[in-house]
Amino acid sequence: MKFDTPATRNPIDQMRVVGKPIDRIDGPRKTTGTAPYAYERHDAAPNQAYGHVLGAGIAKGRIVSMDTAAAKAAPGVVAIVTTLDMPPLAKGQTNVALLFGGAEVHHYHQAIAVAVAETFEQARDAAAMIRVSYAPEPGRFDLAAAAKDAPLSSGDSEEGSGAPAEDRVGDFEAAFAAAPVRLDATYTTPDESHAAMEPHASIAAWEGEKVTIWTSNQMIAWGKRDLAKTLGIPAANVRLDSPFVGGGFGGKLFLRADAVMAALAARAAGRPVKVALTRPQVANNTTHRPATIQRIRVGAGRDGRITAIAHESTSGNLKDGKPETAVQQTKLLYAGANRLTSLRLAELDLPEGNAMRAPGEAPGLMALEIAMDEMAEKLGLDPVEFRVLNDTQVDPEHPERPFSQRQLVQCLRQGAERFGWNRRNARPGERREGNWLVGMGMAAGFRNNMLTKSAARVRLDREGVVTVETDMTDIGTGSYTIIAQTAAETMGLPIEKVVVRLGDSDFPASAGSGGQWGANNSTAGVFAACMKLREAVAQKLGFNSADAVFAEGEVRAGNRRAPLGQAAGEGGLVAEDLIEYGDLAKRYQQSTFAGHFVEVGVDAFTGETRVRRMLAVCAAGRILNPKSARSQVIGAMTMGVGAALTEELSVDKRLGFFVNHDLASYEVPVHADIPHQEVVFLDEADPISSPMKAKGVGELGLCGVGAAVANAIHNATGIRVRDYPITLDKLLDRLPPVA
Amino acid sequence: MQEGKEFQLSRRGLAIVTAAAAAATGGPPAAQAQTGAAASPPASAPAMEKVSLVVNGQRHALELDARTTLLDTLREHLHLTGSKKGCDHGQCGACTVMVDGRRIYSCLTLAVMHEGDEVTTIEGLGKPGDLHPMQAAFVKHDGYQCGYCTPGQICASVAMLAEIKAGVPSHVSADLTAAPQLTADEIRERMSGNICRCGAYSNIVEAITEVAGRQA
Repeated sequence: MKFDTPATRNPIDQMRVVGKPIDRIDGPRKTTGTAPYAYERHDAAPNQAYGHVLGAGIAKGRIVSMDTAAAKAAPGVVAIVTTLDMPPLAKGQTNVALLFGGAEVHHYHQAIAVAVAETFEQARDAAAMIRVSYAPEPGRFDLAAAAKDAPLSSGDSEEGSGAPAEDRVGDFEAAFAAAPVRLDATYTTPDESHAAMEPHASIAAWEGEKVTIWTSNQMIAWGKRDLAKTLGIPAANVRLDSPFVGGGFGGKLFLRADAVMAALAARAAGRPVKVALTRPQVANNTTHRPATIQRIRVGAGRDGRITAIAHESTSGNLKDGKPETAVQQTKLLYAGANRLTSLRLAELDLPEGNAMRAPGEAPGLMALEIAMDEMAEKLGLDPVEFRVLNDTQVDPEHPERPFSQRQLVQCLRQGAERFGWNRRNARPGERREGNWLVGMGMAAGFRNNMLTKSAARVRLDREGVVTVETDMTDIGTGSYTIIAQTAAETMGLPIEKVVVRLGDSDFPASAGSGGQWGANNSTAGVFAACMKLREAVAQKLGFNSADAVFAEGEVRAGNRRAPLGQAAGEGGLVAEDLIEYGDLAKRYQQSTFAGHFVEVGVDAFTGETRVRRMLAVCAAGRILNPKSARSQVIGAMTMGVGAALTEELSVDKRLGFFVNHDLASYEVPVHADIPHQEVVFLDEADPISSPMKAKGVGELGLCGVGAAVANAIHNATGIRVRDYPITLDKLLDRLPPVA
Repeated sequence: MQEGKEFQLSRRGLAIVTAAAAAATGGPPAAQAQTGAAASPPASAPAMEKVSLVVNGQRHALELDARTTLLDTLREHLHLTGSKKGCDHGQCGACTVMVDGRRIYSCLTLAVMHEGDEVTTIEGLGKPGDLHPMQAAFVKHDGYQCGYCTPGQICASVAMLAEIKAGVPSHVSADLTAAPQLTADEIRERMSGNICRCGAYSNIVEAITEVAGRQA
């Protein structure tokens, strides 16, 4: 199905199943521990051995030698594979860091060996017995130092946030110089870790030249393609299966060492091997969100209208890596005739920086939305009113491109109303409750809506059950449920009559889970396949498909009716199709919007920040399932609290690695850090997005939250912190005197 | 010099303690342990230990590498994979199970330390089609997303409510001797050993509150 004109009325508009807050259909399995994750597929292949990965103990240099004698002689050891056994493997299309092979070490905890043994304990022990002799070389680990001469670099995260190296509209410098009210400030965001609860894990089994990988991966088709490339085998010989993913957040978008090591280990051992990265390996062996240094300049007239805006970001990465596209939203969020955005990239020898939930916008808005708060303060305007004043309904760089829908102002207005924003004291540091300095902050949320093709296969059986097969993944997002809702709606079935099978590369290739594009595109692909199935059913039963109504498990036209299953016959009826897009994304800017509101208390004595209330009002097209969509947003808001207050991978600038590589020292929010959260979805349906008229929400929920927390802290204390995370040491010496 | 002396002393002290411990537990003799420490150890078969566990009401007689954690025993030997390995360090709570009714991190304890113990895992609470009230409440309130921390959250929730009922105070209890109250703050504090990176906390607290209200 080609989607190249705005959607008209279609079966999804019935909203009989779609749009309902249905409990997740995979819930009973997840809550009983019977949903199988990658490392748990005891049933998948017999006689599995255990692989344990050894990571490099230096950040940069060469391996001189590896002594594996003791490891090979250790009890239970089946095989030892080292990086010196083979030349550097080819890199997958989406990989920056080398995953295995050769003597060169490019980053700390790069995989350099795998020990395979009968038991986990034996494999772990054997890996520790491998003696490695290194010739270390000095590396570049300090972003601030490297930023000074970092060159311009364009960026695209593979997750949708693209930006040219430098983009200019009008004459920024002249307009900024002439502006009566100006802000010029620099903000920093740290390296962050996805820290999904399930560490990267894979089981590999070879049958002749073919390998099957039971793994944990967000993008099955990318993983299949890149594992084939890395191993130098045809893609047809690779199968990936990932029905349950224990969290991804971008950390499992790409082929990673667990899958490669499992495949190599299984080949060497001559039997299936299972490999999981240890928790301490996750931060340095895999990818992370790169740190940024962002300079923002805003010039406005005394009336509060922005006349000049510039956002320039510098980040670091390994050679051939990409910049964090933190300026992306600034190109689209606010009006202003004179504009400048630029990206600079410093080459560093830290582990690979890559997409983490809302790459670009998440760290970009952490900076931009503090800057907007600062400008509002300079102008003496309410922060909500300042944003409303600078709203735009067209792409500010290309005014001929309207937004398909843009209800940012409504999000902000409704959020302010519901949150009691009018009770906020505009003068900071004035509200005191016992030991607590209390403040409110807000920020705009913005994230683009990406369109990408997605395929599915649907099969009808004689019982009237429809089975959907697509390689789409459910990483906690609710894909199983919204896909079942889509098929049920389109085929006129109750949701109990739909079976959803996901995550297998033998199924048609879907959009996958990334860039908050999963829900809209994968359900649109399922819708396309179901529409094809409806045609086939109508034809089989002798109905004119234009008049046929699909409802309550029946096909009806005029006074004729037939049960759906009747069309299936013995062999069943199968249809496969994909959604693909025309140029609507070029003609219209498609984005999602939010207003984030936060109230914090800051301890007047210790500077400890506690989040007391949170609200998000979102405008993101049709909401396919308000229950799972709300969960996406509260989860993202939680991640935003972590980004604002605690999360930072600490760089050892001498030895070049992330020191706090575990869940005790990389501090993500826990229960005690998160209050009750409110989420409101504006009633929308965007016919320009897809036949589903939906968009994404999973990343929108994070975008802006960090700045809303920062702005609330400023309102509470009068202290402006521009370097995340806002830990108490950054407040302590500037807190107001304690009366 | 002083430092070296102390070190030697502590090494001798350690040898004495090791010998005593070995004698008490019937482990390898101290002499062998000392030889092992002096040179690079020869490859020797792992120390195997017999242990008997009652898991979800079913007795299992096992012979395990003594290094096997309770978590790996459940996941790798009994194929009860509902208990999850998120960190293997006692930092995330995904491996939470109940041993003799109390919640513990099963990654931080060896199976051989639990001879005869009654272990309840998520599989022992309920099954699809026959959910425990806490499992049903998690589904109703969407108290999970990816599902990986969920079994640990549910086991911790069930045991945590029992702790409140038993009068065990927490860091946020105003009065250590009074019966703890079933407030959101108490639940959040007591559940903070179970990380959910998907951020379902707000919903989890609602699920627990509903079950607690029904029990009270």
